This record gives sequence, structure tokens and C-alpha cells, in this order.
Amino acid sequence: MTLADGGTAPLRFKPFHDSRLTTLLAPAALGVLMVAAWQLAVDSFDIQPFIVPSPHAIFDQLVESRASVWEGIRGTGRNALYGLLIGAAVGIVAALLSHASRIIDLMSVPVVAALSVVPIVALAPVLYTMFGAAANTARVIVAAITVIIPVYFNTLRGLRQVKPVHRELMTVYAASPVQVARAVTLPTAAPYVFTGLRIASSLAVIAALIAEYFGGPVDGLGKAITTSASSSNYPLAWAYVFGSILLGLAFYLVTLLVELRVSRHGPAT
Amino acid sequence: MSSTHPDGPIPANAVEVSGVSRVFPRRQGRDVVALDDVHLTVAEGEFVSLIGPSGCGKSTLLRIIADLDAPSAGSLSVFGKSSRQARLDQDYGIAFQQAGLLPWRTVAANVGLPLEIHRVDKGARRQRVGELLEMVGLTDFAKSYPDELSGGMQQRVAIARALAESPRLLLMDEPFGALDEITRERMQTELVRICSETGAAVVFVTHSIPEAVFLSDRVVVMTPRPGKIIEIVDSGPDTGERRDDDFRDAAGFFHTVARVRELLHGSPAAAALSAARGVENR
Amino acid sequence: MTQTLRLLGRMLLGALGVLVLAGLWEAYKALGPDSGVVIGGTTILPRTTDLAMPHVWEMITKFSDPVASFSGGDTVASAVWSACLFTLKLSAIGWVIGVVIGLVLALLMTRFRLAESAMLPWIVLSQTVPLIAIAPLVRRWGSQIHIAGWTWTSEASVAVIAAYLAFFPVAVGALRGLRSPDSTHLDLMHAYGVGWWRGLATLRLPSSVPYLLPALRLAAASAVIGEVVAEASIGLRGGVGRLVIEYAQSAGGDPAKPWAPIFGAIAVGLVSAGAVGLIGLMCRPYRRGETA
Repeated sequence: MTLADGGTAPLRFKPFHDSRLTTLLAPAALGVLMVAAWQLAVDSFDIQPFIVPSPHAIFDQLVESRASVWEGIRGTGRNALYGLLIGAAVGIVAALLSHASRIIDLMSVPVVAALSVVPIVALAPVLYTMFGAAANTARVIVAAITVIIPVYFNTLRGLRQVKPVHRELMTVYAASPVQVARAVTLPTAAPYVFTGLRIASSLAVIAALIAEYFGGPVDGLGKAITTSASSSNYPLAWAYVFGSILLGLAFYLVTLLVELRVSRHGPAT
Repeated sequence: MSSTHPDGPIPANAVEVSGVSRVFPRRQGRDVVALDDVHLTVAEGEFVSLIGPSGCGKSTLLRIIADLDAPSAGSLSVFGKSSRQARLDQDYGIAFQQAGLLPWRTVAANVGLPLEIHRVDKGARRQRVGELLEMVGLTDFAKSYPDELSGGMQQRVAIARALAESPRLLLMDEPFGALDEITRERMQTELVRICSETGAAVVFVTHSIPEAVFLSDRVVVMTPRPGKIIEIVDSGPDTGERRDDDFRDAAGFFHTVARVRELLHGSPAAAALSAARGVENR
Repeated sequence: MTQTLRLLGRMLLGALGVLVLAGLWEAYKALGPDSGVVIGGTTILPRTTDLAMPHVWEMITKFSDPVASFSGGDTVASAVWSACLFTLKLSAIGWVIGVVIGLVLALLMTRFRLAESAMLPWIVLSQTVPLIAIAPLVRRWGSQIHIAGWTWTSEASVAVIAAYLAFFPVAVGALRGLRSPDSTHLDLMHAYGVGWWRGLATLRLPSSVPYLLPALRLAAASAVIGEVVAEASIGLRGGVGRLVIEYAQSAGGDPAKPWAPIFGAIAVGLVSAGAVGLIGLMCRPYRRGETA
């Protein structure tokens, strides 16, 4: 390109600044690099399977046992889904209550704070005692508790985002509380609710999985991981781990897609 | 534009404010006297502007009329009722400085919002929304979303919404404040047209002297700390002339602008105050 | 004066909330059916026997009881206390490691757009990996790994897991914060001829404080959770996690006992989050723009 004084500036070719290229290619390239480095490390340092198996071995096992991996996914996935739904419902209702009443809000502070720091493992054994070790209920509850916290905080935040000018508009219209909620409060809060769900989605999977480690019926990925590890079939154990990653990713993507759809005309988070 | 019936009941004034004061208590320091013993009458169909530097109480007065705030002393009536009753009866429409459109609704859905809340049935709603959009010239944008519109267009939607239920009183709080000068003048002309079509009374808060003079039958000049009315100035074209763009060049227009400016600047202290507080002299 | 009154009022309401919860527990225990509320074969509400649901006061008095059935041993309270300290120490180490890694990653991603595009999806994905599920596998690494004369210990595995959970909120929060200055401020720095690194100290880091603080708090809570769960699945001696498992095994005869380490774990989490919150107090001026 020619400058004002007649000289020329060098043409800069910037392939890395093309956004479409970078958004997909870069993470994919990094992923391939990481897997390749992993395989290389296992081969060249002769790392034993009980430390970490090679990607190749894991993949082989995955293909071979895909039926039982799928079974495990279904088991854990079911608990995670119930936990997500229940936890979301409770979290949203609790946030609505806290938003409506300052007293309830202040009273719930310690309880919510405690729930937000309670480790799943601490609750699992007592829950199994309370609900019986033969049922999946304890796992669903553990997942639900893990979900309640992010949903509660994000929903509450969303409810508080209503703009004063919108609130005054509703006062001017002498709208009933239900009308205000439908016209203004809920649409304003919706994107935040979905953000909370997105955060909670993969947490639900992990919580359901960990709960399986501490008792309960035999189905689920967590049980499968422990049994294959104790029989020293480490590639299989890691194959189940991979299955749980897929499950968590699936939950995350579904909620992300729903969030993107809903947020089109709402405020950006 | 008040109608006269020799034998019928005397029509109530649109707004009657008597001795209204509003004090905002402060935790530390002196209380803020936003309004001090204000008296004002707005007749039916009359266009009245409230103008003054920041802190003179003009927005506070508007909000009290709208029942968004309550006076500390004094009384007011809107169409002969309490402000609260007038609000519940939906006797007025309001337009804020930020258009306040709901971003998740289309333009048409935004304009129809008050109709929806007051349970007007779908068919009547659709028809009324169509009329309103045509009145403000936005029929082509019925299905667009607010974020796709310019500031001026959003304000037009807000005004259409304020007129949805054909109110006899329009309350407007610096609706053109966020717009550029060119758009502003165009919107003022539009507003004059709409008001003459609907015959509504208007209470209009503004920072801009030319805007107040152009639009109003009377300009209420206010001063801050405490908020008071200094004087009310009559405004408008000569009899027989119309309130159009020619009016902006009329001698009477400049005369009235000068008068208002003089009142606002008043004593040297007030002049320094208004210079600091930013009353526009464009 | 009104400030302290308000604080007291809040604390009272908070305590009231806890009491209400305890009241609900006891009320359900008194009124609910012994085998719990069963709908369609699934137990919806818990069993109300003393074995399944100990009384609230039993949970509290348990702290002063001796750990083992013979008298003269350690009390439950002291056992839980020392376990909590142990866990707190390891979680803190994990938190520090996680924060450092998170900050480094965030800096890289802020500096190089390419790094952000490449790494951010994987960072988000990392949280779908149940590293805690891998904990038993990681435990086997045990004495097999030597780095520069130091043998990998179980404590190290557990701290790594805590760090893994802590780094994510820090990375995401720091990234958002470092990218938060608007173009006006960035142009100002540019006009002053301020380089990227100096701009970091003058503009980006201070702007990131409102985002970083909640992230650090969340990281602290996550580190504790990860720590306890990892301890439990490895069975690490000295930690609260192991106590939870141990006491749970004696739940058959002593139903209130498992609740003691639960309360202990919650306390560790609250203390950690609170400690990080104190850091927030020191950063007051930088938080003036904070909205949430």
C-alpha cells in the first residue's frame, strides 16, 4: 500500500488473525498435539499402564467395550439428568423466594453457604443410610445439591438485573405482580438462569459419578471405573473415564445451545 | 383547546398541583428540598414544559404527577382524581428518557404492551398497534427488535407506546435528551403533529430552551435548591400562524427564548449556577 | 452504631435460618413414616428411624464423645479438628498452585489471541473430566514417581486434584477481568506510550480485581471440595475425607458419628472462602466498579 510520502508499507499476511480459522483450527490443532505428545511420552518413557495408558490402548478398549461403556453412560446420565432437573427446579424456586422476601434471603445465607462448600463425598454415605443403599436416590440427591448452588446464585443475580425504567413502566401500567413477572422479571432473568444451568450441567454428571464411588447399586460409570481398576484393566478404566467426559460434554453442549437460543434478544451475560 | 359547555359540567383540569413540596431526607447533612410549595395548573389539551437546571425538581414534579413518587406536603389532582387513582385508571401515558423498550419483544409487541396488560383482545390490539405505528411512521419496522433501531426510532416506539390507550395526558421526561440535534428537531415537529391529532394535554420536561419554546403553550421556568417555579411564560406562534418549522425562525420565537434564558440566568449567582449545571442555549 | 446493629440483625436471621432447618429435620423425623415416603418403589423422602436420621442434638453432643468406644481416648472433636487442619493445609497448597496456573494461563490467553482460541475450549472441557474419579488410579502412582530426589506422595496427588479444581474459575475469571478494560482506557494507555507489560500492571490487573475476587473465592471452595473427595477416595490418613469414610462405616451402631466430619468439612470450606474474602477487603478501591 502506498503511503502519503510515496513510500510503500509492507503487506502483512496475517493468517492467524482470520477468526474462522482460529476458532476451529487452533483448539483442534492443540488437541491433536496433546494426544500425540501423550502417545510419544508413553512409548518413549515406557510408562506403565497403571500410571497412565497410551491413547492407543484406551481407544482400543473403548471400541471393544463400547456396549458396556454406553450402559454406564446411560446409568450415570439418568441420575445426572434427574439431579439436574430437580436441582434446577429447587434452585429457581429458592431464588424466587429469596428475591421476594429479604428476610428469607438473609435467613438462607448460612444454609446456602454451607451447601456451596459441602463435599459430595461427605454427604454420600449418610444419604445412602437415609435412603437405602439399593436405590439411586442418594446419587440423584447428590447431583441435585451440586446443581442447586450455581442455579440459585445465577437465577438470583438475573432476578436482580431488572432495569429501574422497566420496573417503573410496570408501576405506571398498574400491572399485577404476576404480569410484572411475566412481562419483565422472567425474561430479564432467563439468560442468567440458563447460564446457571450450563455451569451446573457438567457438575451434575461429575457429582452423580462420584456418588457411585461410595456405595449404592452396581450400575453407572463410577462403579465400572472402580471394578476395572481393581482388576488392573487400566485401559478399560480410562475408557470409562472417557465415556464420562463425553457424557459431561454432551450435557454442557445441550445447555449451551439452549442458552444461545434464548439469549438472542435478552441481555448478554 | 378546552371545550366550553354552557350548561354541562365544568371539565376538570388535566393537572392541578397546589402547594406541593418534596423533601428527600439524607443520612448525613441537610435534607434535599427538591420541590418547595409548587403551584401549577395544566388545562385539558394544553402543552406545558418544565425547564430548569439540574436539581430544580422538574423530573421530581413529573414523577409525583405520575404517582411514581409522593409529595411530602401539598396536594395534587389529575383529571379531578388523586394521582394514584389516575394511574390505576390509566388516564395518562408516560415516556422516559431512556426509551425503556423491552429488548426481547418486537417493536409491535412493545407498542402493544400496555394493551396486553390491560387485557385488550388480540384483534383490537393488533389494529390499534397498526394505527400507532403508522402515526409515528414505523409500520415497516413492526417485526424488528429494539436493538436493530436507532435512538430516534426507539424513542418513536416509546411515544407510540405512550399513546397506546389514547390517554388524555402525556407525561414526558426529557424523551429527546439522548438524541442528536437534527433528529431532535424532527421529533419535535412529529410530536406537535401527534398532539394536535390526539388533543392530549402534555407535561414535558426538558433541558433545552428552544425545545421548550417550540413545543409548548406555556413554559414553566424552575430553579433549584429549593426547587421552585420562577415564572410561567406563554409561548407559541402568532394567532393564525401554525406551529411548524417556520415558527423556529419567527421573531416571537427568539423573543420568548430570550425571555426564558433571562429568567434562567436571572441574578449573576443564578447565571453562574445554570452555566455550571448545563442548561442548553442552542 | 446502625452498622453494627445491621450486622447483628443479619447474623441473627442467619442463625434463625439454621434453626429453621434443624426444626424441619426434627419435625419430619417426628412426623414422617419409619421407612420414609416411598412413591413407586423409589424412596422420595428419607427413613426416619434413629439409625437413618439421628437427632440434631445427638449430632452436636457427639463432638464431645470419645472416638472409640473405650473411654479415655481422643474425643471426636479433637480428631475432627486435627483432620480439618490437615485438610486445610493441603487445600491451601492446592489452591495456591491452582491460582498460579490459572493466572499464567489467563495472561497467556490475554496476550495472544491465538492462545485463547486454542486453549480456552480445552480449559472449559477440563472440568468435564472427573479427575476425582481418576483419583484411585492416581493413587497408584504413589511411590513410583521420583522427581529430583523427591518421591511422589499421596498428599501430592490430593493437592494436585485440589489444584485442578481451583485453576478453572481463576483462569476464566482472570481472563474476563484482564480483558475487561474498555477501548477508551486501552487507547489512553497507547497514547501514553505504555507497553503491554506496564499496561498490565497499570490498567489490566486493577480492572480485573472485581472479576478475580469472586473467582478466587470459588476456587478456594472448589479446592476444599476436591481435596476432601480425593482424600476420601484415596483414603489419605490424617484428612477429613478419610474420617468421613471411617465414621460412616460405624454408622450402623452410631448414626450421629458420620455427621461430625461432615460439619468439619463444611467448616473448612467456609473458612477457606472467608479467608479469601478477607483479601477482598484489602482491595477496596479497586472494587468500586463492581456490580454483582
